[in-house]
Amino acid sequence: MTPQEICQRLTDAGLQVTFQETPPEPCLEITSESLQEAAQLLKSNADLAFDSLLCLSALERPEFLETVYHLFSFKHRHHITLKVRCPKDDAVIPTVSEIWPTANWHEREAYDLIGIRYDGHPDLRRILLSEDWEGHPLRKDYQPPAFYHGIPLTTQLLTPGDEGN
Amino acid sequence: MGIIEGRYGPNILITSLDKVFNWGRAKSIWPVTFGIACCAIEMMCTAASRFDLDRFGIFMRPTPRQADCMIVAGTVTAKMAERLRRLYDQMPEPKWVISMGSCANSGGPYWQYGYHVVKGVDQVVPVDVYVPGCPPHPEALLDAFIQLQAKIDRETLAKQTA
Repeated sequence: MTPQEICQRLTDAGLQVTFQETPPEPCLEITSESLQEAAQLLKSNADLAFDSLLCLSALERPEFLETVYHLFSFKHRHHITLKVRCPKDDAVIPTVSEIWPTANWHEREAYDLIGIRYDGHPDLRRILLSEDWEGHPLRKDYQPPAFYHGIPLTTQLLTPGDEGN
Repeated sequence: MGIIEGRYGPNILITSLDKVFNWGRAKSIWPVTFGIACCAIEMMCTAASRFDLDRFGIFMRPTPRQADCMIVAGTVTAKMAERLRRLYDQMPEPKWVISMGSCANSGGPYWQYGYHVVKGVDQVVPVDVYVPGCPPHPEALLDAFIQLQAKIDRETLAKQTA
């Protein structure tokens, strides 16, 4: 099934989906309100049958934060990419970990590094960094800490007068 | 050890004891396997049959309690640094540290932008031998052990005058 047909299926079900011809592959942009319903439909519908969440990744755009879902169906051998936006000051997206258990750790990683909170996640803790780490390092405005528990982490202290950057 | 260490000058008894102790220590370095990144692959390779650390009397130990040397083979993150320090503290004296690879030496490729990487394991534990490379050859790690043996051979129980 082509991405256009998948998009048509979702809009027929009354979901807010827009088709985007983004290179290298098209994607479906979904509002966060209709994400869980769309995910449920994509997985359970016999014609769609997206039984595998290949990857869940988060990224920061200039105006908003975004989560990207790469789905694959082993039954029909077709792919689709979903994108969900959320504002930077209220970064909440509903979880899909109930639908695809793969999303559990991926959402924890996205929360850890970008800081999107996945509403309804069963165990939203940091997965890579220490639990008492402050901030989300892959955000553009992130300032690295100078010390962590007394251990120096910046080169600034070691090389004063560094070339900049 | 603590009874005579640093109390007497370099007389014949002390220097003879030095020879015995240093021979025993240098010829049976038991490192704790602290492989934390890709350097660990080279470290394992060094211990395996082709390069064979066993012929130097070097046996990898799985616990710090039985080890007297720590090979820090890999990137030391802030999260790992605390664990590393704890393992180092659990090792019995005397103990030595080999810093293997660019990451452990100075932070390596994470020197400038690695927000989570300690800029050299010497920020956390004292290091005796640095091995450059990314990752170092097994020969380089062997050379580090030979350098460490030479360093151990220079140690003495005698009172330090300087």
